[in-house]
Amino acid sequence: MEFVTHHPVLVVSLIKIAIALFVVMTALAYLTWFERKVVARIQSRWGPYWVGPHGLLQPLADGIKFLFKEDIVPPAADKISYVLAPFLALALALTTLALIPIGPATISILGQPTQLVISHSNVALILLFAISSIGIYAVVLAGWSSNSKYPLMGGLRSSAQMISYEVSLTLSVVGVLLIAGSFDFYDIVGGQSGHWAHFFPKWHIFPQILGFICYLTAAIAETNRVPFDLPEAETELVAGFHTEYSSFKFAMFFMAEYANMITVSCLATLLFLGGWLSPFPETGAWRWQLYLPAAGLIIAGIGLIVGGLRGVQLSAKLVFPVLGIVCLGVGYLCTLPGVMPVIQGPFWFTAKVFFLLFFYVWARGTLPRFRYDQLMSFGWKFLLPLSLINLVVTSLVVVLRLR
Amino acid sequence: MVPISYYLILSAVLFGLGVIGFVFKRNIITIFMAIELMLNAVNLAFVAFSREFNQLDGLIFVFFVIVVAAAEAAVGLAIVMVIARNRKSLNVEDVNLLKF
Amino acid sequence: MNIAMLVFIACGVMAIVGALALILAREPVHSALALVLVMISLAILYLLLGAAFIAAIQILVYAGAIMVLFVFVIMLLNAGEEVRTNVSRLAKWVGLPLGVFFLVEMAYSLFREYGNRAAATSGAAAPDPRLTQQLSMKLFTEFVLPFELTSILILIAVLGALVLAKRES
Repeated sequence: MEFVTHHPVLVVSLIKIAIALFVVMTALAYLTWFERKVVARIQSRWGPYWVGPHGLLQPLADGIKFLFKEDIVPPAADKISYVLAPFLALALALTTLALIPIGPATISILGQPTQLVISHSNVALILLFAISSIGIYAVVLAGWSSNSKYPLMGGLRSSAQMISYEVSLTLSVVGVLLIAGSFDFYDIVGGQSGHWAHFFPKWHIFPQILGFICYLTAAIAETNRVPFDLPEAETELVAGFHTEYSSFKFAMFFMAEYANMITVSCLATLLFLGGWLSPFPETGAWRWQLYLPAAGLIIAGIGLIVGGLRGVQLSAKLVFPVLGIVCLGVGYLCTLPGVMPVIQGPFWFTAKVFFLLFFYVWARGTLPRFRYDQLMSFGWKFLLPLSLINLVVTSLVVVLRLR
Repeated sequence: MVPISYYLILSAVLFGLGVIGFVFKRNIITIFMAIELMLNAVNLAFVAFSREFNQLDGLIFVFFVIVVAAAEAAVGLAIVMVIARNRKSLNVEDVNLLKF
Repeated sequence: MNIAMLVFIACGVMAIVGALALILAREPVHSALALVLVMISLAILYLLLGAAFIAAIQILVYAGAIMVLFVFVIMLLNAGEEVRTNVSRLAKWVGLPLGVFFLVEMAYSLFREYGNRAAATSGAAAPDPRLTQQLSMKLFTEFVLPFELTSILILIAVLGALVLAKRES
């Protein structure tokens, strides 16, 4: 207990890290379930259905499978790089989540007032880009250390793609920086508060729509997702740079890819979609919006109970009503006066991130993939000039407005 | 608090190790990396002094050192690639056509 | 022994271990990774010295772009295992002790000169929240000529690299 009183900041940070890790790992696991379900529905089939009610235990089954598979190490592989690469990928993907704030409120844990972010830095944006730019090493090392043709080609192609689109990614964000005037996420989101004509939110997506499109495209390419996933597509390069990885190391690459997806979506929310701000104005007539989180959870709870009781599978009949009751309980908690102002920020933040993740999965189910030379020429000859034009026009407008 | 002399000693040690790498290694690319290590050691000294005298000029210089190192690495590695293509080896002792 | 000293010692040890690994590694890829480790530990030291922007630039540009270029070239050129140099006995038995002596002498003189300064001004400093603004003001007013010159320098470097690395077809 003395440790807690002598180092309150450290203990509170450790608690926040533990909570964030737990939430993110669960979200990762269920993001895979969500993706398989949505892609399956787009392709007119069911997706995971049998493992647990509506396939909800599928991530657990996948995790157990990955843990118990045989861990094959190619004999000619470079041991240090081979083992380092997946750890590096996952560690970096999770480290970037320490910089992302989910709400403006200041809550108090263990008597210590703290913000809803693990590490509040005033150069958070550029630190985030710096950390994700080291993630390229994981891909390059994985491809090279496997000492085999397909991983090497996949790794080099994948990392060349990541480097190319990283330039457009950072350039498309500079427009937002010019408007906001700071690297700090709190300032960037703070600059998006307020509404035009009392109902149109002042989010950065509206003046920076070109920047948003560039950012989203570059982000999909940066995280190696469809339509830019040639280096890891099964029909092209076996499995790209993670061909020779099995069991837990492959699972780490997998988790790192989804964690990168989540990070990039969180960043897009903070920069362009207003972060934790609600799209409705804050005036008196709109006070009903404070009950939206509670209302949403209660509706979800009732839906789960009804759907569970009417379901066909026995497991659905047992599990979903319990989940529904839990949702109702959490929904009631959100109406308590202590919790209600604090939950607004994270609710809207989560809703927007969820929308962007749905967009990611939707793109995966719908679009065919680029060929590699089409991909590179798209990145350098189209996206980069587009981001540069966005930057020039934005800076012109900012300077002219200053006069 | 950490006295500034600690930072300077660390910078000196890194610089010395960079010189050792530059003199004793044979692979051209490793020699290049030892040069980058020396530049990094100098950067550390600049940032430490900038903190000590509370001036920003040190940080500006670090900025320029990083930029120049980037340009130098690009051209240097292109030259290394041409050498490797022509001499079919990355050993610096094989680049000896102008030797007396 | 406060947190700043602990972080300094940890990062200092990491940097020296990385530099030693750079010299002693047999594969160039391992040397490149060791150099990345050195750069990251130096970036943490810059954070400790209160220059957060420079730390981010160091990782973003130096460790994230220049070293990736190094790693690419090493992989493309298939730089194999390093040949062990036959270090002359003079260098080993005389050079190394002399080098250590030089280092000790430098450390002593540095400590004598700067160790007495009030340690309150140096060491762990909170990152200056206005550092980026102040740096950019300086960069674009006092140092605008070197800034523009470096942009031309980068352009020349890109063109030079392209021309040099092209295959004669």
